[in-house]
Amino acid sequence: MTDATTAAPVEQSELEKRFPDAVKADARPGYAGFVVETSKLVEIATALRDEMGYDYLSSVTAVDYYSDAPNAENFIEVVYHFYKSTGGGALVLKVQTPRDNSVVPSLTPLYPGADFQEREAYDLYGVNFEGHPDQRRILMWEGFAGHPMRKDWKEAFYEEEVKPFKNRWPEGQVYRIEDRNPFNKNNKYPQGFDPVGFKETDDPKLYEVLERAAREYSEDIDTEQVVVNLGPQHPSTHGVFRMAVRLDGETIVALKPVMGYLHRNHEKIGERNTWTMNMPFTDRLDYLSSMSNNFGYALAVEKLMGDKAAPPERAEYLRVIMAELTRISNHLWAVGFLLNDLGAFFTPSLYAIQERELILDIFEATTGSRMMCNYFRFGGVARDLPEGVYAKIKDLVFERLPRKIDELDIYLSENELVRSRSEGVGVITPEEAIAFSTAGPVLRASGVPYDIRRADPYSIYDRFKFDVKVRYHGDVYDRYMIRIDEMRQSLDILKQAIPDLPGGAAGGEVMNGKNPYQVRVPAGESYGRVEGPKGELGYYIVSNGKGNPARYHVRAPSFINLTVLEKMCVGQKVADVVVNLGSIDIVLGEVDR
Amino acid sequence: MTDTNPTVNSAGYEVPPELRQNVAITTLDKIWNMGRRYSVWPMMFGLACCAIEMICTAASRYDLARFGMEVMRPSPRQSDLMIVSGTVTKKMIPQIVRLYNQMPEPKYVLAMGACASGGGPFKEGYNVVSGVDQYVPVDVYVPGCPPTPQALLHGLMKLQEKIDSESITSVRWYGKDDIPAIPVPLLGPDLIDPRDNELIKQETSKKPAAPAAAAAPAPAAEAAN
Amino acid sequence: MYGLGILKGMWVTLTHFIDSYVEDIKWLGRNRYYSKEGIQHRRSKDTKGIFTVQYPEEKLPVPEEFRFIPFLVYDVDADGNKQDRCTSCGICAKVCPPQCIWIVRTEDPVTKRPVPEPVDFFVDVDICMNCGYCAEYCPFDAIKMDHDYEMASFDRHAEHIFNKEKLSKPASYYAGIRPTNYNREETLKAEEAAKKAAAAAAKAAAAAAAPPAGSPPPAAPTAG
Repeated sequence: MTDATTAAPVEQSELEKRFPDAVKADARPGYAGFVVETSKLVEIATALRDEMGYDYLSSVTAVDYYSDAPNAENFIEVVYHFYKSTGGGALVLKVQTPRDNSVVPSLTPLYPGADFQEREAYDLYGVNFEGHPDQRRILMWEGFAGHPMRKDWKEAFYEEEVKPFKNRWPEGQVYRIEDRNPFNKNNKYPQGFDPVGFKETDDPKLYEVLERAAREYSEDIDTEQVVVNLGPQHPSTHGVFRMAVRLDGETIVALKPVMGYLHRNHEKIGERNTWTMNMPFTDRLDYLSSMSNNFGYALAVEKLMGDKAAPPERAEYLRVIMAELTRISNHLWAVGFLLNDLGAFFTPSLYAIQERELILDIFEATTGSRMMCNYFRFGGVARDLPEGVYAKIKDLVFERLPRKIDELDIYLSENELVRSRSEGVGVITPEEAIAFSTAGPVLRASGVPYDIRRADPYSIYDRFKFDVKVRYHGDVYDRYMIRIDEMRQSLDILKQAIPDLPGGAAGGEVMNGKNPYQVRVPAGESYGRVEGPKGELGYYIVSNGKGNPARYHVRAPSFINLTVLEKMCVGQKVADVVVNLGSIDIVLGEVDR
Repeated sequence: MTDTNPTVNSAGYEVPPELRQNVAITTLDKIWNMGRRYSVWPMMFGLACCAIEMICTAASRYDLARFGMEVMRPSPRQSDLMIVSGTVTKKMIPQIVRLYNQMPEPKYVLAMGACASGGGPFKEGYNVVSGVDQYVPVDVYVPGCPPTPQALLHGLMKLQEKIDSESITSVRWYGKDDIPAIPVPLLGPDLIDPRDNELIKQETSKKPAAPAAAAAPAPAAEAAN
Repeated sequence: MYGLGILKGMWVTLTHFIDSYVEDIKWLGRNRYYSKEGIQHRRSKDTKGIFTVQYPEEKLPVPEEFRFIPFLVYDVDADGNKQDRCTSCGICAKVCPPQCIWIVRTEDPVTKRPVPEPVDFFVDVDICMNCGYCAEYCPFDAIKMDHDYEMASFDRHAEHIFNKEKLSKPASYYAGIRPTNYNREETLKAEEAAKKAAAAAAKAAAAAAAPPAGSPPPAAPTAG
């Protein structure tokens, strides 16, 4: 594992030299990066982007340092993770702001990819981003009372600060928590609120923004424009995703994604859970590729725990094998449903799902569940491969999947209808792809050879030979082809990893030491990132040395890739919207968390 | 060949063996229910993780078409069954209620998975509705997180059982009275169920000391449970 | 040539179509459907043609590790009495991520010491996320994940909080659904018991041998 913070020493010292007053190395034990003067943030970020090559703003998030103890130093910290699009470790900047009146300059004008992430921080933490072009709530709705991720904000079903709850044992009289709420529901209202005659404010605000965006898009002829809502219940939105589209004839003049319809408070619950408890919750982020989610979280926590949680060799190989199988199953699904969106209704996805089912059989036999694998543990994996599974993986990887992926390729890639429908649609240039912080296949289809497995290798990926797959047109067709390429690439990696698996079919040690039900993680912060099937999946965690994470943030690739959706669609026909969305390959569990 | 269809041909009359290929004596209810149970059209409506399993159920390995249920309708106007497949959030519930109201009778709701049944692992979350049955009536609950496709199929067979048990003379949608639509919840400072308006007003007009007072009667409620 | 790609694609679908008949002819005389080997074939790497498993007539067998809702294991002693394995230590309730387990422990009215068997044990099925942590971390192999997924019901308020009675299943059932795990655990237990017995015997022997205070027997405890 490379330490993200020591990877770029030259620029870091240069940064301190250039801004001696504004930049301070973060001296808290276990922390890294720099604490930056709020007023200088934009200037520093500009220098980072234009002069030092940190052109990729991967993650923006807020942390609430709060304690109700008297004289406690309470503040909100906004954390930025910058990378170079040519590879290497992170440069972490932090900005601190008071809790009562939190104002931070927005980086959206510099890095458009920060747009949704800043809106999320505003929504959940109440941080105001000065200069943000469209600061609205993103996951909750306009008018929701409070900023729920703040530590002192309590939900209606609040029981205790941290798990495990004390009333479960030893005198655990069973109850349903809704029976303890006056409304029998998960609701609470501010003092003096009168529901009669209440008017919603969320949608009007959205339409206002749409209108404003449409004005910027000027056409020669002034025609009447209409607003169409695609979703949240729509057959091709891949879940409960909504796009408010403003149309001039059939041309899109403005598009605003609306999300949060599946916002299930992953992070709030995650900060109440113990470290171990979060593992099965990560399964439910990107529910098509639970193993990759496990991987990222395990890496982030193991980074903090240090050597005592270094997984044994066999576990490392099993992790890679499972993660790559997950990538194949995810891409199969993505390709199948992209074709669905293109109008090839269901036959391609049926073929793809058939292969996916065979991969799921392996997951089910190994982990016990088809989708919610919950397989990784800190320092290893939950259990060894059961009897016969090794042979099954071998059969699939060496015989069936190569054949079937070729078949899928022959079946679809040259089809003239597919090509005419997808070539030249939704083009994203490499510069835009980097600026909008897209990740994974979307980034690589635009000609940026950035793959974390190569750029910042984790686990044992540095042992395998594989080419980073790139396509150069940045259109829907390339985003489709890159997934076919990546399936083959995953097969290449699997073909190297499977014969090398220490212990082979016989089995071996898969856990470093015991698998305790509670772990203690040393205080500090860590950011673990993996190349998930959808892109860079990062976990930013802060530990205060106790049994629960103080901050648990997921840098969700689907969510951030959506930032570029408007760019892709504006100026195109309405029929291309679903195709563009399908080519990003989102999973709502991860978008909304 | 023996019986045309044993499930149909059982109205209490003995059909002579030589006629069994050609004649079935049945009740109107049976034939009516048979038509309905084999043509339940679900709404193409996925919420979360369970939706993936629902799609897998419709795909080739489990093949919902064997039950006559493969016609997933994207429009509520054409569907008979709403499979609530996943976590129901506060932001989504107004749409779900609206969709339910738009479905024509007879309509059924199947709560798939722990989340749709009762909130599931995300129940404690601030944006999660603890069970879709707080807003729309649910006919069948399928536990599991997520239920495997076979578990969903079992749930759908349960629904068929329920359909079989209904009689044309007593179903609600042929009654004289209109079936009232469910009021659509609003997104206020928190989710507002218009049916609760009185209660909300009563609670929010209490003295600020209310939180402590609200905590106090809780043990009593627990004991009653 | 324009249209070649489409033709290629149609060829693929055609082969899929033809395969389903060819496969059926190949399997003439053997049971491709409604038989164990048939299902096994349909989930193998060579599967072609019809892929469907005709639930409910044929069911896809679940693997041993499959997890659904947890259940409590009890042993049956020689007199036919149920012996709970659970000692209400509470680890499952503490590790449960969505906190869906409630355990009621009681104490002996005379000695005031906690009784190991739980008075009651609840799992709220509407919250349970089937993660399998309770089974994984239980030190007594008392709670395990069930294979029974056919649990759909018409009502949840009365039926979805499982109590101890509903959760309890005999060890023989557990051995039936998870034979490998069961055997491994039993061997481990037997080994441990043997070790303990050996250690106790060695201790007794050492105690008996100690008074002469001759050569110290350091190797004795580890020998067992």
